[in-house]
Amino acid sequence: MKGKTLAGLLALLSTPAMAQGYGGLGSDAPGFDMPKPGTPIVFPKDHGAHPRFRTEWWYLTANLHSADRTAYGMQWTLFRFGLEPPRESQEGWEDRNVWMAHAAVTSATENLVAETRSRGGVGTVGVEAQPFKAYIDDWSFEALDPGFDKARVVARGPGFSYSLELTRGGPFVLQGDAGFSQKADTGQASHYYSQPFFSVEGALSLHGQEVKVAGKAWMDREWSSQTMAPDQKGWDWFSLHLANGEALMLFRFRGARDYVSGNWISADGSTALLGADDISLTPLSQTAIGEHNLPTRWRVQVKSRGFDIEISPLNPRSWMGANFSYWEGPISFSGSQSGEGYLELTGY
Amino acid sequence: MNAPSVRSEAATVETLSAPLLRIVNLRKSYATPQGPLAVLRGVDLSLAAGETMALMGESGSGKSTLLHLVGALDDADAGEIILDGVSIARLPENARAALRREAIGVVFQQFNLIASLTVAENLAFQAQLAGRLDPQWQARLTHRLGLENLASRYPEQLSGGQQQRVAIGRALAVRPKLLLADEPTGNLDEATGDAVMDLTLDLVTETGCAFLMVTHSARLAARLSRRETLVAGALARS
Amino acid sequence: MRQTLFALAALLSHWRRHPANLAMLILGLAIATALWSGVQALNAQARKSYDSAAAVFTGGGAQNIVSARGGLFPQELFVRLRRAGVKVSPALEGAARVDAKNIRLIGVEPVTLPAASTLAPLRENREARNILTGEGRSFAAPQTLRELHIAEGARIATERGFALPPVYAIDSAPPGAVIVDIGIAQKALDQPERLSRLVVAPEQRLDSAKLTEIAGNSLRLVEPDEENDLSRLTDSFHLNLTAFGLLAFLVGFFIVNASFGLAFEQRLPMVRTLRALGVSMRALVGALFCELVVLTSLAGGLGVVGGYLIAAALLPDVAASLEGLYGAKLSGQLALDASWWLSGLAMAGAGALLAVASGLSKALRLPLLSAARPIAWREAHHRYLRRQGAFGALALLGAALAYSTVDGLAMGFAVIALALLSAALLLPVALAAMLQIGESLAERPLAHWFFADGRQEIAGLSLALTALLLALATNIGVGGMVEGFRETFSGWLDQRLIAEIYYEAATPADAREIEAWAKEQREVAAILPVWRAKTRISNWPVEIIGMAAHETYSAHFSLLEGGAEAWRALHEEDAVLVSEQLVRRLKIGVGAMLDIPATRDLWRAKVVGIFPDYGNPKGQLRLDHARLVAHFPDASGVHYSLRAAPGDVAPLMEKMQNCFGPKLARLVDNAAIKKISTDIFERTFTVTTALDTLTLVVAAVALFASLLTLSNLRLAHIAPVWAVGVTRRRLAGLELLRMLLFSVGVALIAIPLGLFMTWSLVAVVNVAAFGWRLPILVFPLQWAEVFVVALVTALFAATIPALRLARSAPADFLKVFANER
Repeated sequence: MKGKTLAGLLALLSTPAMAQGYGGLGSDAPGFDMPKPGTPIVFPKDHGAHPRFRTEWWYLTANLHSADRTAYGMQWTLFRFGLEPPRESQEGWEDRNVWMAHAAVTSATENLVAETRSRGGVGTVGVEAQPFKAYIDDWSFEALDPGFDKARVVARGPGFSYSLELTRGGPFVLQGDAGFSQKADTGQASHYYSQPFFSVEGALSLHGQEVKVAGKAWMDREWSSQTMAPDQKGWDWFSLHLANGEALMLFRFRGARDYVSGNWISADGSTALLGADDISLTPLSQTAIGEHNLPTRWRVQVKSRGFDIEISPLNPRSWMGANFSYWEGPISFSGSQSGEGYLELTGY
Repeated sequence: MNAPSVRSEAATVETLSAPLLRIVNLRKSYATPQGPLAVLRGVDLSLAAGETMALMGESGSGKSTLLHLVGALDDADAGEIILDGVSIARLPENARAALRREAIGVVFQQFNLIASLTVAENLAFQAQLAGRLDPQWQARLTHRLGLENLASRYPEQLSGGQQQRVAIGRALAVRPKLLLADEPTGNLDEATGDAVMDLTLDLVTETGCAFLMVTHSARLAARLSRRETLVAGALARS
Repeated sequence: MRQTLFALAALLSHWRRHPANLAMLILGLAIATALWSGVQALNAQARKSYDSAAAVFTGGGAQNIVSARGGLFPQELFVRLRRAGVKVSPALEGAARVDAKNIRLIGVEPVTLPAASTLAPLRENREARNILTGEGRSFAAPQTLRELHIAEGARIATERGFALPPVYAIDSAPPGAVIVDIGIAQKALDQPERLSRLVVAPEQRLDSAKLTEIAGNSLRLVEPDEENDLSRLTDSFHLNLTAFGLLAFLVGFFIVNASFGLAFEQRLPMVRTLRALGVSMRALVGALFCELVVLTSLAGGLGVVGGYLIAAALLPDVAASLEGLYGAKLSGQLALDASWWLSGLAMAGAGALLAVASGLSKALRLPLLSAARPIAWREAHHRYLRRQGAFGALALLGAALAYSTVDGLAMGFAVIALALLSAALLLPVALAAMLQIGESLAERPLAHWFFADGRQEIAGLSLALTALLLALATNIGVGGMVEGFRETFSGWLDQRLIAEIYYEAATPADAREIEAWAKEQREVAAILPVWRAKTRISNWPVEIIGMAAHETYSAHFSLLEGGAEAWRALHEEDAVLVSEQLVRRLKIGVGAMLDIPATRDLWRAKVVGIFPDYGNPKGQLRLDHARLVAHFPDASGVHYSLRAAPGDVAPLMEKMQNCFGPKLARLVDNAAIKKISTDIFERTFTVTTALDTLTLVVAAVALFASLLTLSNLRLAHIAPVWAVGVTRRRLAGLELLRMLLFSVGVALIAIPLGLFMTWSLVAVVNVAAFGWRLPILVFPLQWAEVFVVALVTALFAATIPALRLARSAPADFLKVFANER
């Protein structure tokens, strides 16, 4: 589906003079709330939307395999952008939120993407906290029970569609410092939690052919009003499913000085924040897509855990459409451990 | 042909008494971009009733102009033309038209006839206008001019000679005092022209009107009783 | 090549000596071109405006979804479609009044608007942001802002008191429209959660089956190439304009023909000389062709400019007519579209070429030496008359054939065109017959000659006289129709506007309030709700109007069919009254059963009467008020009329105004309505009348030109008569008299021809174009007018040539005899 770029839509947020950072996420946000450390994250309430914050997303990625061991990646993302800080009783078309969603299926040879946009307030898009349901047009991600133990995710686009059932295998995990995830030395941060323990079963339909798949999924939830510092160009983000049910989340925000952080998640859901000097992220090779050069193979090390792996993408060309300016795709890794995960590269 | 000579004798006697037409010091000039061009520079002439005169001269000598003035077709600048006691040199148009209708007959070299009328209607036209149609005279003219079979034809269907004959018939149907002709045979071949001349002179004698003809054919001029020549707008004394 | 240039130079030198003739030639062609291209410009302008209005939603070949019955539909259907995965973008269109001017308010949703829409600039992030934050933004074309006298950044306030967001100029906005965010539009039009259409993203094709599956029967899919309603409704108006332009061009063409004829006639000697000098036929034709191209370009160019001026002058009236009749909004700025001025030049070229062809063929057949005989015109004249008669009879046959075989609007125009053609061809025959009678009756020589010689003029004048005939006949034809219409319409309006006061409340709640108040007023004799709904029958828009059971209607509302019985049935049974044009369109009659799509279902009703509905392009049904409320619950309940004694009207209206102020969206008395309606029609006919008058002027000029052409030829015919003793004054007077006689003859033929035209226009064309029929009224006074016009035209045309004849010097006549032709 043709449409404006993520960056372009994000630019909706910025005042013309001050589009700063990737997609304007580094601009000031007068009137919106800023994330504060110590704010408790409470479920199920915080599964829902936070309109007092400027940007928010519900992000689901999955590593899937069909019966014949073909690997696939799946993405389902719903973004919310607040154009103005909300006032009381802004109903219907007065709602000042603009929503955008991306869905994708990636195989070694193809990357099929779809985008849709909608305006909030009239019922075409929305998120309910309890029971959890996020929907836009005919795409949805909804819990099948009040406890959010099971969920279904559905989307469709040109050449593909999917309907997958997710089963939760562990608690929701707060990232950063109890959900306050800092992104720069100057203090920009978001509220951030994840659910890395979904197991998945369902079917993909690719060009009319149905493929039964199973695998693992990772959900990210973030909301903030100024995600980046003005000098930061973008980020690299890694989510890795480790052996024995553990998970690892790392990111690097690239700016005048890079800001690196990560979280080592144990199988029981407890977290250990990783410092910058503990993490080493080394791009190994580039893939050129159009004018962009993207590091698609990496060496990732977490010294304190003896973790040293090399990451390679399932499909180096997991570029989100011709005009989309971010890279998102399933990866596999090997080294001190092996497994799968997802990589996201923005700002290149 | 005795009658004509008797006639001409009588005519000569009458001339001595009072000329039908008297022209005194007639002048006429035309306006041109280069200034007025004098065509007639004082012409003196007289013509008696029944007399026939040929007016000759080079082209541009003014002979046609003189004819036009005599025929009340145009105004003179100075001088006198007296026709049967009436001064006609500078008449208002109504009077001129009346004169042309009733007292004068004109035959031009071409385009005499009214294209939309038949021969019979053409013949009667002038006489009817003047209110002097004489059916018997009309019939006689038609017969003399050999036009009986052509009565219902239109001028465009006639030959040149036939057309001139109709013209003459029309001119004479009104029994004019004066018959004027401007090169009447100029467009005809010699034989036709001579035939037309014969008829004309016969009828002129029969009606007893004066006849003034412009021509540059000496041969034709010889058939008339008088000859005058215009040179550069004035009569040459011969 | 050199020969051609030399010949061209010689030909062109002629114009230096006769600048008046050159002026006439150029003027004639220019006027003809101006009339044609002016009309084309008007038509093109209108089309562009309709297209621009439509392209907002159909740009890029996007399908649209609208209510199956016309009108608005619930927003919930939009949500349902989106939730089912159909990528649609919502829109709401409505009318609003700003300072007593109508504007079209268009609400769009910038986030989902397809990229191919003409409003795509609103999708741009900066613009979308401006629309959706702060005070928001509305948009209008710069010209609309000018018309409303609003500066950029100001907030337009509707009559209902709603302030639109600050307005900014955008070129792609359709004329007369203001674009706002959909939420704003819903508030401004007081249509919460209602939409008028959905635009389907062009990349996604939807089919009707899927639409029904998701949204049921209440929505209808409109393909992008379906002609929009507006285009269809206004088709007949534009066809009329075009027909007029064509007629005007034909008449102008006659001038060109006459002028070229004159030019050729005067240059015959020169052409002869050129040929005698050795200029080849090819070079001569080449030179003539070059001259034609130069003159045509010059005249055509002038004509196109003139056309622009005419169109610009008529545009306000045309725009007002279209708006009044169809609610169509025209951009008031005339755009310089290549299509119409190119077509203007093409027509000019074609016209000149045709006109020249006959002259050229004469020139080519010219013998090198001309014989000194009178032109053998009688024979040619007879042949000419025979030819005219034959073709004329053929055209008449064609007209009869067309009448019996072809159908509809095309037939109407075909019959008129062929009838006019046959009249034009037979005119010389008729005039010749007239002269024949005169000739046989006249005994006096001059009188006889007067008629006999007239024949000679017929061939030369026939074109100009035909132009006059056509102009006069059109004058009567159209004038008769207009007058008839004016009288009928006036009477009809009087009957319709029996109620003294008409008002429209701002909301249904306000309407209830006013109704309750009115019941208490002693001046109010009756309160008559006139609620309205919309539907579509056989894919044609139909208005539905409720009528209370009151003698206002049963006694005064005129019916074409159905009497007292109809009124009883209307209020006691499931019955409707149908408008004349709807009855014609559906091909039904009284007694037929009609299935009418109502709000929730189909309502079956019997047709019990037919009423005239002049000027309404849409269909109209009238039914009992209670039944309207029952079957069309979504009917707008804000229109009412009141009965009151004439003396009480003004004070009552003032009381209402004071009591209710803004709750009254509109309040008028019947005199005001009558004036508005009449104004609309006057405007429409102003256009046709203007064109008509111009045509008459063109005919007069054609006559004048022809007479000038003839004057040289005439000399050869007049000179012998003059020589024989008739004064020039007399002859000139006879020439003038002959012209007057001809014009009387033309007028005599024009009258029945014009009456025939009236009949065709009223009974055939109008019915086919608009669906309603006017009674044929005759206006003998008009005929007297026509005679006077004809005589005046002839006088105007013939006076100068006659004067010239009267004042010509004897030398001019004498030249004829002296071989100087």
